Amino acid sequence: MISFSAVAKRYPGGHEALAGVSFALEAGEFAFVAGHSGAGKSTLLKLIPAIERPSSGAVLVNGQNVGALKPAAIPYLRRNLGLVFQDQKLLYDRSVIDNVLLPLGFGGLHPREAARRARAALDKVGLAAREKASPIQLSGGEQQRLAIARAVVNRPAILIADEPTANLDAASASAILGIFAAFNQVGVTVLVATHDEALIGRFAKRVLRLAAGRLAA
Amino acid sequence: MRAWLRQHRRALAGAVAKLAAQKSAAVLNALVIGIALSLPAGGYAVLASLRPLTLGATLEPQLSVFLRPEAKRADAEALAARLRGDPRVRSLRLVPREQALKELEAVQGLAEVVAALNRNPLPDALVLRPQETDAAALESLAAELRGLPVVGHVQADAAWARRLAALAGTARLAIALLAALLAVGLVAITFNTIRLQILTQRAEIEISRLIGATDTFIRRPFFYLGALQGLAGGLVALAILWGGLAALNVGVEELAASYGAAFRLAFLPPGDAAAVAVFSGVLGWLGAYLSVSKYLREID
Repeated sequence: MISFSAVAKRYPGGHEALAGVSFALEAGEFAFVAGHSGAGKSTLLKLIPAIERPSSGAVLVNGQNVGALKPAAIPYLRRNLGLVFQDQKLLYDRSVIDNVLLPLGFGGLHPREAARRARAALDKVGLAAREKASPIQLSGGEQQRLAIARAVVNRPAILIADEPTANLDAASASAILGIFAAFNQVGVTVLVATHDEALIGRFAKRVLRLAAGRLAA
Repeated sequence: MRAWLRQHRRALAGAVAKLAAQKSAAVLNALVIGIALSLPAGGYAVLASLRPLTLGATLEPQLSVFLRPEAKRADAEALAARLRGDPRVRSLRLVPREQALKELEAVQGLAEVVAALNRNPLPDALVLRPQETDAAALESLAAELRGLPVVGHVQADAAWARRLAALAGTARLAIALLAALLAVGLVAITFNTIRLQILTQRAEIEISRLIGATDTFIRRPFFYLGALQGLAGGLVALAILWGGLAALNVGVEELAASYGAAFRLAFLPPGDAAAVAVFSGVLGWLGAYLSVSKYLREID
């Protein structure tokens, strides 16, 4: 489903974020990307939706070399991925449900069908009762769940989350991971980056451990 | 196809909502664009109103051919018949000397003068309109006619026609230049307002792109916004033009009446009026296109 082969990423200025990273994630797998901040976790995740492009090596998603995609093809790649960002990237000038509806508008889905799907997504993350609220009124954990609802509303086969539990207390963090586990159980491939070793310890899943841009065995 | 139409409808509805949300800014923009566009549109309307006058009988290039006083009526008729067959002559009118005298008599204040004459001093005359109205053709025809033995004098109105044509041409050029300048200004205005609009929606654009919006999708509402703003400006221009002409006509009609004429400045014909609005809308679209494209290049 996702495979990295000898991927390196150097940012302009010479900083080498990733070097010789190779791994494969099978369909339906759940894996953590672990490591200290600065180890290259975010860079690794950004290569999958082509937010960043590898300096060398190949990143394949569903057999497609995303590093070589034409710019015009990238939006369609991203629609098939559920992305949860480190800073959530919510829109605070509109309601909870409108945040979830945002990606459904890109494809011109019928408004009624879009609303139905958005409510279903909110229901899955336990925010069904808050659809009219503003994201500002939500707690940190609720905002994170809203970000997840937006990520899954297009029913992606792959869910990618960058530090989804940062700044959350242990209970909220476990609840968030529980939501990811539930999606994984219905067949979604999940990749979660976190530096929270305690959290990783509570879930017995595969761990891709990064240190200074290299994958530890 | 249905999804595509739905996206356009949504983009249009979004643009209308944005304009409605910033009423005062939208109104001011429409005013600025409208005032700018009303200048060339007004110039064009005035010029169009004047055209029937300049094409009128008195000012259309024509040649007046006065025969020698001793020439006979038969000479005049023979010359008229010959010229009627000439391909360079569009139309021709024979004015017999008796009729010329009668016309002179009809002019106010001249009846007594005519009555005092004991014989008709006027010659027979031919008034002809040439096929080609440019100055050179007119001059060469006049020169040829002057050379005929029965012709006493040829008066060409070419100088008049030439001056008038040059004046009209200059006015048209000035209006075109003004229109071009203001069109560039309009694009710049739209570019700037769309840029401000983009900046207020920076977060939405950034996030939408991250989660799968195409650039086409992102551009679309701004295109509509620019086009609507241009269109609104065009309508304001037409309103200003209509009001301005109505105000001017009060004075113009009075002036024309004092010359015994009925004349008023006419509003643009419907086709031209629609063209002004559409042109303005297209310029707004262009400004939006340039603005969004520049922004998307910047954030890449």
